[in-house]
Amino acid sequence: MSAPHTQTTKSSAELDRTASWYEASARTRVRLLLDPGSVVEFIGPEKREVSPHLKLFDLPEQFDDGIVVGRGRLDGSPVFVAAQEGRFMGGAFGEVHGAKLTGLLRAARDIGSVPVLILFDTGGVRLQEANAGELAIAEIMRAVIEARTAGVKVIGLIGGRAGCYGGGGLIAGCCSALAVSEQGRISVSGPEVIETNRGVEEFDSRDRALVWRTMGGKHRRLLGGAEVFVDDTIQDFRDAALELLSSIRAFGIDTLRAEQSRLEDRLQRFGACPDAVDIWTAEGIPDAVSIPALPADQFIALADKVRRSSRDAR
Amino acid sequence: MMTWQRGREARNARIQAGARLAKGKVVDARDATRLMEAVVRPGDRVCLEGDNQKQADLLCAALLAVDPAKVHELHMVQSGVVLPEHLDLFDRGVAKKLDYAYSGPQSARIAKMLFGGKIELGAVHTYLELFARYFIDLTPNVALIAAVSADRDGNLYTGPNTEDTPTVVEATAFKNGVVIAQVNEVVDKVPRVDIPGDRVHFVVEADKPFFVEPLFTRDPAAITESQILTGMLAIKGIYAPYGVKRLNHGIGFNTAAIELLLPTFGEKLGLKGKVASHFALNPHPALIPAIESGWVEQIHCFGSEVGMDEYIRARSDVFFTGPDGSLRSNRAFCQTAGLYACDMFIGSTLQIDLQGNSSTVTTSRIAGFGGAPNMGSDARGRRHPSEPWLQAGREADPEGSTLLRRGRKLVVQIGETFGEKNVPLFVERLDALDLAERLNLELAPVMIYGDDVTHIVTEEGIANLLLCRDASEREQAIRGVAGYTDVGRGRDAKMVQHLRERGVIRRPEDIDINPLDADRGMLAARSIKDLVHWSGGLYAPPSRFRNW
Amino acid sequence: MEDLSFRHATRQRAAGTKKLAVIGVVASGNLEVLAERVLPDSECLVEIRTAAAGFGEVWDAVIADFVKGYSPGGLRFSINDGGARPDTVSLRLAQAARLMQEDDQ
Repeated sequence: MSAPHTQTTKSSAELDRTASWYEASARTRVRLLLDPGSVVEFIGPEKREVSPHLKLFDLPEQFDDGIVVGRGRLDGSPVFVAAQEGRFMGGAFGEVHGAKLTGLLRAARDIGSVPVLILFDTGGVRLQEANAGELAIAEIMRAVIEARTAGVKVIGLIGGRAGCYGGGGLIAGCCSALAVSEQGRISVSGPEVIETNRGVEEFDSRDRALVWRTMGGKHRRLLGGAEVFVDDTIQDFRDAALELLSSIRAFGIDTLRAEQSRLEDRLQRFGACPDAVDIWTAEGIPDAVSIPALPADQFIALADKVRRSSRDAR
Repeated sequence: MMTWQRGREARNARIQAGARLAKGKVVDARDATRLMEAVVRPGDRVCLEGDNQKQADLLCAALLAVDPAKVHELHMVQSGVVLPEHLDLFDRGVAKKLDYAYSGPQSARIAKMLFGGKIELGAVHTYLELFARYFIDLTPNVALIAAVSADRDGNLYTGPNTEDTPTVVEATAFKNGVVIAQVNEVVDKVPRVDIPGDRVHFVVEADKPFFVEPLFTRDPAAITESQILTGMLAIKGIYAPYGVKRLNHGIGFNTAAIELLLPTFGEKLGLKGKVASHFALNPHPALIPAIESGWVEQIHCFGSEVGMDEYIRARSDVFFTGPDGSLRSNRAFCQTAGLYACDMFIGSTLQIDLQGNSSTVTTSRIAGFGGAPNMGSDARGRRHPSEPWLQAGREADPEGSTLLRRGRKLVVQIGETFGEKNVPLFVERLDALDLAERLNLELAPVMIYGDDVTHIVTEEGIANLLLCRDASEREQAIRGVAGYTDVGRGRDAKMVQHLRERGVIRRPEDIDINPLDADRGMLAARSIKDLVHWSGGLYAPPSRFRNW
Repeated sequence: MEDLSFRHATRQRAAGTKKLAVIGVVASGNLEVLAERVLPDSECLVEIRTAAAGFGEVWDAVIADFVKGYSPGGLRFSINDGGARPDTVSLRLAQAARLMQEDDQ
C-alpha cells in the first residue's frame, strides 16, 4: 500500500517543493517555484497599492490587490513572474490587479529576452470593478501578444483553487504554453454561468465529476489546450516551466495559422461528442471512463502515448 | 370470557386486508398507498424508518398520500426525522404525536411545528433510549422499513446500512405488529439474510434505491489550522497519557483532524499500537490513512457511509462483514458498545455552559440527540476495569478506596472557542433552557451533562475537569480554555494561573506543542482525492465531494 | 468596515533583522497581517481594517495578549480582516512575528 504523504527526512528546499501547489498561497508558490532567495517583488504589499473601488462597496482590501508581481531566477536564468491569490475575491481581476500584470508584461516586451511566468488562479473579472477589470483583460491580452511578438516566452501555470476562468481563460489562451494540474480548470464560462444561461440539462454545475472532466487539467491536456500535465507539487510545476521554456519556438503568423488549423481540426473531430469521455474514446483511449481516477504518473504516461501535437501551435 | 389473543387476531386481520393487494408477500409500488390504508389504523403507533442515514422514502410517500379520513392521528415512533415528508405527515393530519431521537436537516422546521402546536411531542430521546422504549411502552403496531433486496419469502438483505432495522423488526414482529419493507429489488436469493422472512409481512419493490445521506464524510480540504491544533492537543494531552485504545469519535472537523493526525503526529509520538485501536464508529473516510498505516484493529459501525462499501469489503480484518462480504452495521449494538466497551468519547458541540453542560439546541433549531449522550456518558452499570477508566477514576477521587472506587469514562468535548459565523462555543446560559421554557418542557434538551464531561479541548488548551474539586474550580477551568469569548474574558486570571500550575489547565506550551506547528502539511490527507489514493482506489466518494 | 488602532509600549525590541513580512489572505474568516520594522524599539502599533464591526473589545484583548507574549518592539502590524475569529487572528499575528524574527536575506 502506498502512502501519499509519508514523512521522511529531506533537505528544507526539497521538502518545501514537495508542498501542494493547490494549497500554497500565491506568495509561497512564487518563493518556492523560483531559485531560493532570488525573488524581488514589484509594488509589494508595503506600497499599499490597493483597489480604489472596493471601499465604495464597504469590502475589505488586500495590500497587494490579490496579485504578486516581480522578478527572480529559474535555474539561474532571469524570469518575470506574476501570481494571483485565488482566495482573495476568487483571484479576480480588478483595476490595480490587472495593471500590475500589464506593467510586468510591457516591461518584458521592452527587455525582450526575459520570459514571463503567469501563475493563474482566477474566477475572471471582479464584479465590483467590472469595467476596469474588462479593460484590464483586454490590455493584458494585447500585452501578452506584444511580448510574444518581441520574442518573449509567456508561460501559464494553472493549478489553483479558483482555476482559470473568465478573462483568465482568455489570457491563458494567448500564452506561449500552459502547464496544468488535475485541480486546475481552464475555461471561459464557469459551470454556474453555463447552467444559468443554458439550463441544468445542458450543464449541471453541482456534478463535480462533470465539471472536472469538461474543464479540468486532464481533459485540457488530452485536448491539446495545455502542453503539459503535472502532479500537484511545486517541484512538478517548476520542472514543467523549465521544460516549456526550453521547447517553445518563435512566435509569428505561422504559429497563429497552425493554431487555427489545430482548432479547426479539433472541432471537426470532436464537435459531435456530447461528453469528454466520448472525446477520449475517439482519441483511441481504451477504458476512457477510468481517466479521472488515474494517478498523475499513470495519466502522464498515457497522455504521452496518446498524442504529441505535431503542429507548431500552442 | 377472557381472551388473550386479541393482538394476534388484530394483526391477522390487518395482514388479511393487505393480502388482497399482494402476490404472496409482494405488493406493487403503485398499490403502496392502498396497502397503507388497508393495514394502518387510526391512532396506530408507526415506526417509519427514519434512521440516521437510510430512509424508507417510498413507504413514507405512500403513507403521506393516504386519505386522512381513513388514516389519521398516528403516533410516529422513529429515530430519525430526516425527510421533509416526515413532517408533512403532521401538516396533513395523518400523524399527530411524535417520539424521536434525531432531526438533523429538519431541526428548524420541527422547532417551528412544535411552537405552532402542529406536533404533539412525546419526548426527544437518545437512540438507545428510544430503542429501549420500543420494547416497553412504545412498541410499534406497524413498521415501515427499508432494505436493499428481498426474496419472495420476505427474507431481507439490508446491505451495509443495516442500522436500526433489526431492532425495529424485533419489537414489531414479535409483539403482534405488521412489518412492511421497501426494497430496491426482489431477487430469487438474497446475498445474506439480515431479517428472516417470517418477520416480514409485505414487500414493496421501489423504482429507485432508498435515500442514504453521506453524513460522515468530512473533506480534509476544509480542516483549519485551529482544528489541527485542537487535534494535536487531544492526541498528546489525552490519548497518550491515558492510553486510550477503545473509543468513539463524534462527527466534525476536529475529530477528522485527529483521525488524519494519527499516522503523522501520532506516529512521531510513538503512539501506534498504544492508542486508538478499537472503535465504535461509522466508517469515516478520514480514518482510511490510520487504517492503512496499521493503527486500527477493529471497528464496529452504527451505519455505513456512502462510497465506503468496496473499501470495507476489502478490509474485513477491520470491519464486521457478512458471508457476502459487505458491512453489517447495527445501531443498537454499536450504541451499546460505545456505552459499555469504550473508554472515551470525543466530539464537538454547539454550546457549553459554565458547569460543562453542552447542547446542540439553539432557540430556533431542535436537532435532537442521536447517539452522543450514550457515547458521552459514564455507564453506571459498567463493571470491567481498564487502565484509562481506572486512571480517570483515580483523578476524580484520589482519596477513595481502591477496590471500591468506580472508574470514569473519558468524555471529551473538543472545539474552537468560536464556531461558524463567530458564534461563541461558551455561554453563561444554554439556549436549550430558553427553548424548554418556551415549549413548557419538563427537561431542557441537554446533549451531555456537565457531570459526565471530563475534559474540554480548545485551541487555548485542555481543561481536565476530573481534577476540579468544587464548582468554582470547574467554572474557572472552563473559563480558562474559553479564549476570547465573553466567558473566557470573564475569567479570574489568578485562579486560572493556579489551575494551570496544578495541571488542571494545560496550554499547548505546557505539553511542548508549538501552535505555529499546527500546519495543514501535518494531515495525512489534505483532500478527498488523497483519501482515495490511501484506499488504493477502493473508496468511491459521492460526486459532490470530488474535485477531479 | 471599521478601523481600529492599538498602540502598546513594549519590553523589548523584536528579534531579527527582517524589515517586512506578510502572511495570510483576506477571505471570509481569514485576514492578512503586514509587519514592518518602522517604529522605535519600545513601541508596537497594530492597525486594523475589519469587515466585522463591533468587536473592538475582543481585538483589544487579543492584541494585548499578543504584545505581552511576543514583545514585538519596533514593529507596526497592518491588518486587513475578512471577519476572522480571534484564534485565527492570534495565530496570524504569531506567524507574522515569527517571520520577522528570521534574518533578512
